[in-house]
Amino acid sequence: MKSLIRLLAVMRKELRQLGRDRITFAMIVGIPIGQILLFGYAINTDVRNLSAAVADQANTHLSREFVSNLRHTQVLKIGQPAESPEELEALLRRGKISVGVHIPHDFDRRVLDSRPDAHLLVDGADPTILGVANQLVAMPIAFDTWTVAQPTQRGLEVRPYYNPERRTAVNIVPGLIGVILTLTMMLFTAVAIVRERERGNLELLINTPVSNTQLMVGKVVPYIGIGLIQLALIIGVGKLLFNVPIRGSVLDLYLAALAFIAANLALGLFISTVAKTQFQAMQVTFFILLPSILLSGFIFPFAGMPIVAQYLGEVLPITHFIRLTRGIMLREASLAELSNELWILLGFTIVAMTGAVMRFSRRLD
Amino acid sequence: MHDGKQSERGDDAYAIRARGLTRRFGDLVAVSNLDLEVPRGRIYGFLGPNGSGKSTTIRMLCGLLTPSSGSATVLGMDVGGSTKRLKPKIGYMTQRFSLYGDLTVRENLEFIADIYSYPRGGRNERIAELLASYDLVDVVGQLAGTMSGGQRQRLALAAAVLHRPELLLLDEPTSAVDPRSRRDFWAKLFELSDAGTTILVSTHYMDEAERCHRLAILDRGVKVADGPPAELQENTGMTIIEIRAESPSRAQAELAMLPEVKSVTQLGVRLRVLVPLETAAPLELVTGTLSAAGLPAESSIVAASLEDVFVAVTSDGDNVERAS
Repeated sequence: MKSLIRLLAVMRKELRQLGRDRITFAMIVGIPIGQILLFGYAINTDVRNLSAAVADQANTHLSREFVSNLRHTQVLKIGQPAESPEELEALLRRGKISVGVHIPHDFDRRVLDSRPDAHLLVDGADPTILGVANQLVAMPIAFDTWTVAQPTQRGLEVRPYYNPERRTAVNIVPGLIGVILTLTMMLFTAVAIVRERERGNLELLINTPVSNTQLMVGKVVPYIGIGLIQLALIIGVGKLLFNVPIRGSVLDLYLAALAFIAANLALGLFISTVAKTQFQAMQVTFFILLPSILLSGFIFPFAGMPIVAQYLGEVLPITHFIRLTRGIMLREASLAELSNELWILLGFTIVAMTGAVMRFSRRLD
Repeated sequence: MHDGKQSERGDDAYAIRARGLTRRFGDLVAVSNLDLEVPRGRIYGFLGPNGSGKSTTIRMLCGLLTPSSGSATVLGMDVGGSTKRLKPKIGYMTQRFSLYGDLTVRENLEFIADIYSYPRGGRNERIAELLASYDLVDVVGQLAGTMSGGQRQRLALAAAVLHRPELLLLDEPTSAVDPRSRRDFWAKLFELSDAGTTILVSTHYMDEAERCHRLAILDRGVKVADGPPAELQENTGMTIIEIRAESPSRAQAELAMLPEVKSVTQLGVRLRVLVPLETAAPLELVTGTLSAAGLPAESSIVAASLEDVFVAVTSDGDNVERAS
């Protein structure tokens, strides 16, 4: 009973302080909405309208039709014509174009001989652009006088599940929930203890009968509610602006988020017991946030990463959470089917929280 | 300054006992081999300049710092081990305001009451009583961070005594308030002391030190004097000579050259000269020196003030400049 009163006192104090801290309060709403707009609109792996130039040295009926077809794919945005492959190279070097199309003098002849018909000069420094250019290779080139189109070799047929329109936002938003919660939950709690230490409150607190567990849990619990509000905001805006579906159970999604929020809060508290100043706490938070964005499968497919990066990714709670959100929201998976990831998150929470409570010293030395 | 007779008494007579208490920070010895006995129900003062080890000692006594060596028992409990059972019995007022600036006066007190598990039934009455007693009724809804130094100090003391602790540890509680607030503050301390609370208070003000029942003077981590203020003043081991001179600065320079003189302090047109008791005919020495230098002066032997005690016992006379 006494410990419950103490726990509630810490929570009430934390909520009151939060209510008076307008900037933090604004961040609770501002960070999710700002990020989802930013990421939702900016990240687009379905690349279109690459700037391009064509050096058509053949200038035949067939070559002009070929260029027109290229234009219709909308993959390339073809600007001023170039004279020679050398000019295309110069344009590439100066960053004016990403793709140069060189159609040689003997284009028609090459088409008939089934030799390579034309060349794509690609700024391959960006593998995404290279990947897009490779799509163009499959484009058929044929004289319109040929009655039967040359049979195209098709061994495999692709049937896109879950996101047939290939909209990036559908894949990004479930991951973005993880990134936003990692940022806000970890940051809020990482500075929580450090701030009290900096302001001198801690010297008083550790001289009272309040226990480490009461202090830690009391500080963290209000943020669980905040995390859940943020989740509602993100999936609401995701649905409204980007039409991101929630095919599975919303309850499952909330349960998964609960475990993930707890893991991040515990991790934040742990940081709080390591860092000496609020500035240090923020630095450590960003040190964890960066791999959370890059190594979690949020942007790059997890399986495509080098094995070491995959191991690092597995250690981050967000990796497991993104598997959960994508499973529940997009693939209509149930939490039971993904229970492994949930257990990992719970285990993570327990380890980090225990570490934080144990590391928190009631002495100043 | 304890003797064998005192340490044989039961623990009940003393709220705090320390033996050889030492704290090092790297190479720095902040507190060195401190013996301490604080009688229950008394106001015990720590007097010393900044960096003399007052805060470090208080922090060791409430369990915030682990002693490097030596031991201390507070309210019968050893502070080297777990201080969990000790916490509810002590009230601690930090040197820096450590309540929440973004909570109101009432919210701060409610928080402290809940943290100390003050019985819910009497909680609001206790808070009302403290608000009235510490003159905080008018600012009850104000954020603590926006209050004046005096108000904050009253709030901090109210919070420290809310749970009726047996022992109050006050670390330079009056360093940020005006003289009027200091007087009111000390009136409160005497009320608490009369009600049976033991108070350990550190200060660098002589007038405050003089009000304590008993006093320890700390200098660079070492206890250099311990006893009731009046007793310390009687036993300085020095003859105090007060001089009125026309040109006090020149007189000071003249006297400071004498090997027998421990210190010369200027107070306006007067000089206070400390000469060890073993020096024979000190008054004649001083007047003789001054007339030989052609400096007319009136000299007389006076009773020691606490400041004289301080100068006499600290290794470096100019410490008093920092301390006053």
